[in-house]
Amino acid sequence: MKKLRGRFLLLLVVTVVSCILALPSFPGLYQSLPDGVKTILSHRGLSLGLDLQGGIHLVLEVEEERAVEIAVDRLRKSMEDLLEEKAISVDGVNREGSNHISIDLQNESDAEEVQTLLSDAFPNFVLQKNSGTRLEYELSSDDVQRIKTSAINQALETIRNRIDEFGVAEPLIQRLGINQIAIQLPGVQDPQRAKDLIQKTALLEFKMLHESKVALDLPSRVDRGQEEKIRQDFEGKVPEGAEILFETVEETLDGSKYSIPYLVKKDADLIGDLLQDARVTMGDFNEPAVSVTFDSKGAREFDLVTAANVGKRMAIVLDGKVYSAPTINERISGGRAVISGTFTTDEANDLAVVLRAGALPAPLKTLQDLTVGPSLGKDSIEKGLRTTVIAGALVLIFMIVYYRLSGLIANVALALNLIGLLGALSGLNATLTLPGIAGIILTMGMGVDSNVLIFERIREELRLGRPVRLAVDAGFEKAFLTIVDAHVTTLITGLALFLFGTGPIKGFAVTLCLGIGINLFTAFVGTKVVFDFLNRRKLETLSI
Amino acid sequence: MMEIVGKTSVDFMGKRNMAFAVSGVLVFLGIVAVIGIMAGWANLGIDFAGGTAVQLKFDQPLGIEDARNALQAHGLGEAELQEFPQDQKLLIRVKTETTIEDEISKQIIEVFQAEFPNHGFVVDSSTSIGPTIGKKLQEDALIAIVLSLVGIILYVAVRFEFRFGVAAAIATFHDVLVVLGIYFLLDKEITLLVVTALLTLAGYSLTDTVIVFDRIRENLRRRRRETVSDIINNGINQVLSRTLVTTLTVVLVLVPLTLWGGEVLHDFSLALLMGVLVGTYSSIFVASPLLLLWPGAEGKLLSRGK
Repeated sequence: MKKLRGRFLLLLVVTVVSCILALPSFPGLYQSLPDGVKTILSHRGLSLGLDLQGGIHLVLEVEEERAVEIAVDRLRKSMEDLLEEKAISVDGVNREGSNHISIDLQNESDAEEVQTLLSDAFPNFVLQKNSGTRLEYELSSDDVQRIKTSAINQALETIRNRIDEFGVAEPLIQRLGINQIAIQLPGVQDPQRAKDLIQKTALLEFKMLHESKVALDLPSRVDRGQEEKIRQDFEGKVPEGAEILFETVEETLDGSKYSIPYLVKKDADLIGDLLQDARVTMGDFNEPAVSVTFDSKGAREFDLVTAANVGKRMAIVLDGKVYSAPTINERISGGRAVISGTFTTDEANDLAVVLRAGALPAPLKTLQDLTVGPSLGKDSIEKGLRTTVIAGALVLIFMIVYYRLSGLIANVALALNLIGLLGALSGLNATLTLPGIAGIILTMGMGVDSNVLIFERIREELRLGRPVRLAVDAGFEKAFLTIVDAHVTTLITGLALFLFGTGPIKGFAVTLCLGIGINLFTAFVGTKVVFDFLNRRKLETLSI
Repeated sequence: MMEIVGKTSVDFMGKRNMAFAVSGVLVFLGIVAVIGIMAGWANLGIDFAGGTAVQLKFDQPLGIEDARNALQAHGLGEAELQEFPQDQKLLIRVKTETTIEDEISKQIIEVFQAEFPNHGFVVDSSTSIGPTIGKKLQEDALIAIVLSLVGIILYVAVRFEFRFGVAAAIATFHDVLVVLGIYFLLDKEITLLVVTALLTLAGYSLTDTVIVFDRIRENLRRRRRETVSDIINNGINQVLSRTLVTTLTVVLVLVPLTLWGGEVLHDFSLALLMGVLVGTYSSIFVASPLLLLWPGAEGKLLSRGK
């Protein structure tokens, strides 16, 4: 009889622990607790999956090759600057492919000096070919690898910063495989804005306008959508080291939309990585604009560039789009610049955020994008819960009608099952998804099945004329292995799903696997202990 | 004591030829579906095929034809549309390989904003999946299916005898194929959730089979005088009430889920519901008779029945 008490106690402990674990999952209930109790309890319970509360799940790939190209382009620029500084005349310094740089010299006699210069200043570049006036360098594969690795790390870091500034409750940002990044933002109200914020490369460049006859030939404005045509028309006419970029304009007066072409130097005089801060300000006509402040190095460079180009125009370029092209009236030494354009307040705000968080080292390619609006999430939760309640009620009623008192016992076991499952899921801080709810329902079904198996077996024994006590014991004993077999096979499926499922399916697998364990416990400890308790009274008949 | 069937003695084994004929036809459908998936003409969901799906919820009804024409006018003619009229929802799916770069979901939303300015809507959900991810999901799903089937066969083979394992595995395959075949016939989309449902029903149908086999094995040990066919019949009859009660309770759960669980759960629950019914049938009419088909089954089963 002592054994019986022990098992009741175990059941009680498990139930109480489950309840405590499950508490934080019910915010309303949890908040009403006294503060002292709250500090003891874990404050995180079940969280809702994207499908239940809305949000974004993105898988992005860093375009590594572009990162290498961008890095090599910068090195090329410094190479060119170095040669200019040493007064070595060249026909061109160009990037070939992603990691080669070729130098065309005017005088073959300079070749030797260039080689010594470059091997000192750019030891990472290896001379590949030397054909008199043409030197071909290659960036070593170690360095290419290093650039790729740091590009991914930097992208992760940048995205993290941006999302932090944007403010999302529980973001999940993790690296996936070699060059992929998975991002989960639950509960985001404006998904498109969040996506734009993450994916904007935010490469800010200051480029001088190229002064040549071609620039004068460019039309003063073109219709939207005609930009590519202009580029094609001018192909071949654009001088070396220059390119055509566009500013998109939307007139505030008549709402007309068009683009302005600019001929700008390909090489930026200054880029955004020297920024210290970016803030939203109001422009001359009280329209939102973004003011940027350079760090000391950037301020110095900006000072030099503006001093050397007074009277000329400088284009402020963000991600290949011109935002404005003001004329430099005087040397600017404060290290401040203003990016104006047709922004809404939100857009200006987001631009400031991405500029502060830094540019991405390379563009990101979207591999997967799941967005669930908040309204669908609410719908799903309502429907999911409602059907769970209906389905549960149907089963409970059936069990009582069919098995009478025993059915009632099974129903209590089922309730314990549910409490245990919620407790376990909350304790693990699992994420509840719609398939997860389906998993819970399925586990309940299996819990019912275990009891049905036991009861049917007891009925059989009773039909054979066994006394109640023996029939109950035999029923449990004979059903035991069958039930274990049944649960193990389902567990195998559950594990396979857990290992290879993604997202919501993993949620389903987790609930299924946990549920199976809890099922076995409630059937063989929970239901059994009640029957043993009944048996102590030496029953003549059993309500089953 | 309330009973659905009471004590029965139905000759299930005698009906095995009819059952094999029915199953043969259904399995054939399933095989056609599998070939269809491999050849690419089955209705694969965008999570496997790659593509974009956008679900919009309107504040007033919008005719599906109007929506189709609007999309066509903007070069999105290949979009598939599905309505959920009671909620004024519209699901638009585009299966193309280049979706992500083109931001099709944005395009679709813009089309509806421009063409139907009087119909306010919210974006319920939008999904874009690149072809590489789709491939990976396909592979993962396949691995999960193979792994769980192998695990199940091994477990049953160890717990019972090899022939039980094989019979159980064939019955399980049978159930998955039949449901897949029906889905194919109904031209329902095969999504990741449907695959999950198929795996779950595989587990469920196996449970059913194992319970019947358990009883048959138990009887084999005790009743040595009877023919194998009688022993199997007895086993099935003895667990019949359990089989029916359990199926009934699971059906009680799945029917509301299918009807009112919302569009996300509908296909999932429907697959499970069909699976449960097919699984119940197969444990009685497919798995058990297969034991008889085993070469020399009569003698061997008896001699091995320790």
